[in-house]
Amino acid sequence: MINNVVIEAKNFNFYYGDVRALADVNMKIEKNSVTGIIGPSGCGKSTFLRSLNLMNNLIPSAKYEGEILIDNEDILNKEIDVVALRRKVGMVFQKSNPFPKTIFENVAYGLRINGVKDKEFIDHRIEESLRGSALWDEVKDRLHASAFDLSGGQQQRLCIARAMAVEPEILLMDEPASALDPTATLKIEELIQELKSKYTIIIVTHNMQQAARVSNYTAFFMMGKLVEYNKTNLMFTNPENKITEDYITGRFG
Amino acid sequence: MVERHFDEELQELNSKILKIASLSEESIFLAIEALKKRDSEIAQNIIINDVKVDEFELAIEDFSIELLARRQPLASDLRFITTGMRINAELERIADLSVNIAHRVMDLCKQPTLKPLVHIPMLGDLAIRMVKGSIDSFVNRDLEAARLVIKQDGEANTLRTIIQKELVEEYMIKDCSTVPRAISLFLVAQHLERICDHAKYIAEDVIYLVSARSIKHKHEGILK
Repeated sequence: MINNVVIEAKNFNFYYGDVRALADVNMKIEKNSVTGIIGPSGCGKSTFLRSLNLMNNLIPSAKYEGEILIDNEDILNKEIDVVALRRKVGMVFQKSNPFPKTIFENVAYGLRINGVKDKEFIDHRIEESLRGSALWDEVKDRLHASAFDLSGGQQQRLCIARAMAVEPEILLMDEPASALDPTATLKIEELIQELKSKYTIIIVTHNMQQAARVSNYTAFFMMGKLVEYNKTNLMFTNPENKITEDYITGRFG
Repeated sequence: MVERHFDEELQELNSKILKIASLSEESIFLAIEALKKRDSEIAQNIIINDVKVDEFELAIEDFSIELLARRQPLASDLRFITTGMRINAELERIADLSVNIAHRVMDLCKQPTLKPLVHIPMLGDLAIRMVKGSIDSFVNRDLEAARLVIKQDGEANTLRTIIQKELVEEYMIKDCSTVPRAISLFLVAQHLERICDHAKYIAEDVIYLVSARSIKHKHEGILK
């Protein structure tokens, strides 16, 4: 099914203390595609997403087994450079979380902490990132205003621009539109379609229709297991698994 | 399993489709009766009753669009509503073709009998069987019954060819005074064969509804 694999989870298990949150997940993710992850609360979908840039390692009781290969390199290897990994695998969260800085400095932040000092380069990258996140036209005249002056939808697109500024290969999105109104949601969804030509995007969403609209592939998780993983058009017209069918049609309690 | 109000709406859609199905089935049954008995009164009733079929078709279409807009269905719910819309249109066409037959019967009733009807009633009975079979396959979500309807379509084509060949060669060419009546019967055969086609399309829709596989334009594989 998947041709150009950029991420591969092999027998991946994840534990919070003694509780197994993910069980034997095997999954290949295609480069330059959008993969939607759906499933009920507590099914492990966010845990899986956060495992892809080792965000879960910040939790003291976290343990894992198996392999997660990104560009054929096992990121669970203790020797891995976490900073370099997170530069390659950017993340956008459910609630927009701009820094208490200007719009400009929010996007420049990743470049500055990576030691970039060339002002012309930074200016160029900021414009490119803000254009990429479809925000440039709305903020180009007030780049030095506080990021908090922006609307919720604009703040979320700013966070996407901030993630894009360090040129990641992969963008992880954890319910990026769940706190936004329909218009702002539409902009984020349109943006995702634009971005997939440059990035591999993995999006966790509770909104089934959103997964159906934006993703090329959809993975359904339940109770820590990857129940079904297929092309989105097949998943939403003819799921193979009865549990998937029950979940996506709202019959599942 | 969660109780869904949506299930009641889908049930309502199903009932509406069964209602238009029974009206269409009645239309074709009466059309064959009118033809066999040369009864223009029955034919007239088919034409009058078609208004009800048209109203049902529009009501089902409106209700289906409303469900698509409000519920944004997925998986089997999506397949049911979209195939329901197609089946609705096929059933309305079947009723329309029955009306066409009724008009031809009314013409034929004004003229002397051309010939004893042999193959046309056979094709008529086959059309009734195919329409009934396709509706039953929908009611029971029965793949085997749907496949049987698709297979019968070949028989319908053969019968139509026999009827039309006989009308042309034995009547129209030999005696031009028979042409108006022969053309009416020619058209009746044509309409009956088209009804069989629509029954086949319903059966194809049922196969998609149940198996999520479209077999349109590729029957050979699935019928083996």
